[in-house]
Amino acid sequence: MSETGQIEIKDLVAGFGSTEVVHSISATFKPRAVTAIIGPSGCGKSTLLRCINRMHETVSIAYSTGQVLLDGQNVYAKDVDAVLLRRRVGMVFQKPNPFPNMSIQDNVLSGLRLTGTLKSKNAKEIVEQSLTQAALWDEVKDRLKAPGISLSGGQQQRLCIARSLAVSPEVILMDEPCSALDPIATARIEDLIRDLKQRYTIVLVTHNMQQAARASDQTAFLLMGELVELSDTSQLFTQPRDSRTEDYITGKFG
Amino acid sequence: MSGKRPIGELLFRGACLSAVVIPLAVLGYLIADVVADAFLRLDWSFIESYPSRKAEKAGILPALVGSAYLIVVTAALAVPLGVASAIYLEEYGGKSWWSRVVEVNIANLAGVPSIIYGLLGLGVFVRLFGMDRSILAGACTLGVLILPIVIMASREALRNVPNNVREASYGLGATKLQTIRGVVLPLALPGMLTGSILAVSRAIGETAPLVVVGAATYISFLPEGLTDDFSALPIQIFDWVSRPQEAFLLNAAAGIVVLMSVLLVVNGFALWLRARLQKRLRR
Repeated sequence: MSETGQIEIKDLVAGFGSTEVVHSISATFKPRAVTAIIGPSGCGKSTLLRCINRMHETVSIAYSTGQVLLDGQNVYAKDVDAVLLRRRVGMVFQKPNPFPNMSIQDNVLSGLRLTGTLKSKNAKEIVEQSLTQAALWDEVKDRLKAPGISLSGGQQQRLCIARSLAVSPEVILMDEPCSALDPIATARIEDLIRDLKQRYTIVLVTHNMQQAARASDQTAFLLMGELVELSDTSQLFTQPRDSRTEDYITGKFG
Repeated sequence: MSGKRPIGELLFRGACLSAVVIPLAVLGYLIADVVADAFLRLDWSFIESYPSRKAEKAGILPALVGSAYLIVVTAALAVPLGVASAIYLEEYGGKSWWSRVVEVNIANLAGVPSIIYGLLGLGVFVRLFGMDRSILAGACTLGVLILPIVIMASREALRNVPNNVREASYGLGATKLQTIRGVVLPLALPGMLTGSILAVSRAIGETAPLVVVGAATYISFLPEGLTDDFSALPIQIFDWVSRPQEAFLLNAAAGIVVLMSVLLVVNGFALWLRARLQKRLRR
């Protein structure tokens, strides 16, 4: 199978210690499309997302069972190295987290530097390409050596996106990437998400239903650790199949 | 709505202010007293002379050189060991029962009186390991003494590194080692260095453990290697203070000024280093 970044989740159960957060979820996220995961706080959105690149297991008491297939290959198989997997499945976090000790340029290159895979002759190209893809190049091209944390919140988040693009992943996981940003910065990130899906599979966790409606092709609605519904976004928001989905999107609870 | 509350505010503020002023005044008086005595004796020949039975000929050179050796060797032993244990405890140790026991015990060790460390040094380094009364034995003893402080300061520095930068690094496909080396350590370094240098400066002033491990008070040569006999500034001061002749008290005062100058230089270096590293982080 060609590498397109299709994600198939099979019977995934995940939790922390004695608390099960995700109860046996199965779902398929389309390649090169945006899948939004919505649901009330504590429903397991982030945990589900963090199981896809095995970030979940970096927390000491976390556990999970089941399968996540990336292009048909189970990422939980014994011979899969979680560290190498994360280079194929990048992640953008809730709060912008550029490395505070690095310049804009060094932040973009940080993934390659940390993993010792940077070839110095194409460093410049990678910086320009990644920042251009993240729609940040024009704003920072004259101050690439300025600290990453000197940028505004929205720019920092785009810098984090550029940083994850620089290691050339197939999939980008975004965990409420706009929750710390103002509406203008949010709109820019949403535009960017729509651009990026031409080349990457994107899974977007959001607590903002309008954002899911605006930016995604597919939407998954999670409730108390269960997948209630996964449909095309337009269908889920206009003709939900499940009454609980309808109650949630019409604001009866949330 | 009466005037009572402002009076309470003023009183509290005054009490806090006097808690600052009174100790400062006492400290200022002590320093002025010592410095006044020291000026009667302190000159270049005092710095570059060896101890003598005649107070006016006695100098502090071997003690100064001995202390310098001790600082360097103590730091070289305790800082790498302390930083490495802090990294283990903070980044790898987790929150198990065992690591909590270790944590509590390290905090307790930091409070153990220094003479106990001296006795440990005498038993283990001087006798058991056969180091005799050498610089190495003294530095090992002081190293063990400040190890808990270095560990605690380094753990604090590691804890201050926000967890989201570790996550960012893992999310980019970095291993734990790559994350610690490339992200966590550079951010924790200023705090680690400052804490370590302050711990070392505490070791410089320690007297009791060095008395126990057998630092010499009368030494007519400079140490040439780690296995030589040695003296140290606080030891020399202690010796002079305990002599009956008044003239030696002036020597002690001069010695104290030398010791405090060394401490000032070391602490100043720590501050400068931190400012520099933090500026580099911001840039």
